[in-house]
Amino acid sequence: MHEVSLVEDVIALVEGERVRQAFTRVNRIRLEVGLLSFAEPDALRFCFDAVAVGTIAEGSRLEIDTVAGEGWCERCLRTAPMDERLAACPRCVGVQLRMTAGDAFRLAELEVE
Amino acid sequence: MCTVCGCGTASLDAAAEAGDPAPHNHPRAVGQDHNHAHGDGEAHHHPHETAHHRHPGSAIDFGAGLAGVTLPGLSQERTIRIERDILSKNDAFAEANRSALHESAVFALNLLSSPGAGKTSLLVRTISDLKDRWSISVIEGDQQTSRDADRIRETGARAVQINTGKGCHLDAHMVGHALDQLSPHPGGLLFIENVGNLVCPAAFDLGEAFKVVVLSVTEGEDKPLKYPDMFAAADLMLLNKSDLLPYLDFDVGACCAAALRVNPHLQILTVSARTGEGLAGFYAWIEGRAAMALGPVAGAA
Repeated sequence: MHEVSLVEDVIALVEGERVRQAFTRVNRIRLEVGLLSFAEPDALRFCFDAVAVGTIAEGSRLEIDTVAGEGWCERCLRTAPMDERLAACPRCVGVQLRMTAGDAFRLAELEVE
Repeated sequence: MCTVCGCGTASLDAAAEAGDPAPHNHPRAVGQDHNHAHGDGEAHHHPHETAHHRHPGSAIDFGAGLAGVTLPGLSQERTIRIERDILSKNDAFAEANRSALHESAVFALNLLSSPGAGKTSLLVRTISDLKDRWSISVIEGDQQTSRDADRIRETGARAVQINTGKGCHLDAHMVGHALDQLSPHPGGLLFIENVGNLVCPAAFDLGEAFKVVVLSVTEGEDKPLKYPDMFAAADLMLLNKSDLLPYLDFDVGACCAAALRVNPHLQILTVSARTGEGLAGFYAWIEGRAAMALGPVAGAA
């Protein structure tokens, strides 16, 4: 389950921000997770509390904004929604979409004091 | 009450009750020290720079904010936009590895597969076939044991074992440490054998030149569809254990079609680490890619 090490990376980023932005407590951590990214929101939530113990993130609330997938169709020359990496264009059916959005995995925002 | 530092809410009340307003001077702007007497009759001096702003008998800490200053009733809570890729830390280590490898003209490949696809056997065979041509070193990643590194060392190549413990993949930081220990010969070839896992290692750039995914014919031909992230990230796929094809129902064409559906730019070679079938193609691919990456002089032993 690589979500454990991904959450460790999140907390390391928060720790870096603590030094830079001088806060002592984190109330809320907001992530942006693409539905086509390699991170599973439920698995991130599952391990967050355990990984956060003893760190700056202990006791903070994890919020995850999921970002829908989107791909470019070479035939229609338009973007279309994409719910899996191998999705075909829903208009011309059969032509595989080239992913243009939905693989983001970012620390978006912190609420601190 | 001090309207800048917020100190003395309780003291003011106490002073009002006592009918004795506390003298309170703010001769300078925030950030300067100031003196004031509280209603409890105790005058004291405190610098505003200190993070902890504590009055005798009071546990309330008003001044732990950014500038050690706050207005009473207002929370110190604030929201910070960060907008940073969570893997940026790994990516920074990976870029450091990549430039160190490039400087010493070392051509590095990241080998990925599920457990048992034959990565180590393939490496042992490749090393014995290429060791007169290249100086080869290997970084081995496994949860536990140094069995793979031991197997590699038997071929005469230098190897470092990384045990990831609970970890399911190698990351660029671990590889950086292994590189320090290994210091691959300039102009040499470096294989990084990742932890056997078709999921997680796809997400972690190690600083390699290319990713090579090994799929064996004893696995299903639909593996690329079931684990698309890995095949989408790879540059070359080696379809290993081809010597077993006569005994299996494995459809090579269907497997290649599945892999190309996930990644139309993937190159595919069918090989057998046991018989050596198809490996000449792999060696030619290494030769060509290394020459492109490092220039024609590199690798000349």
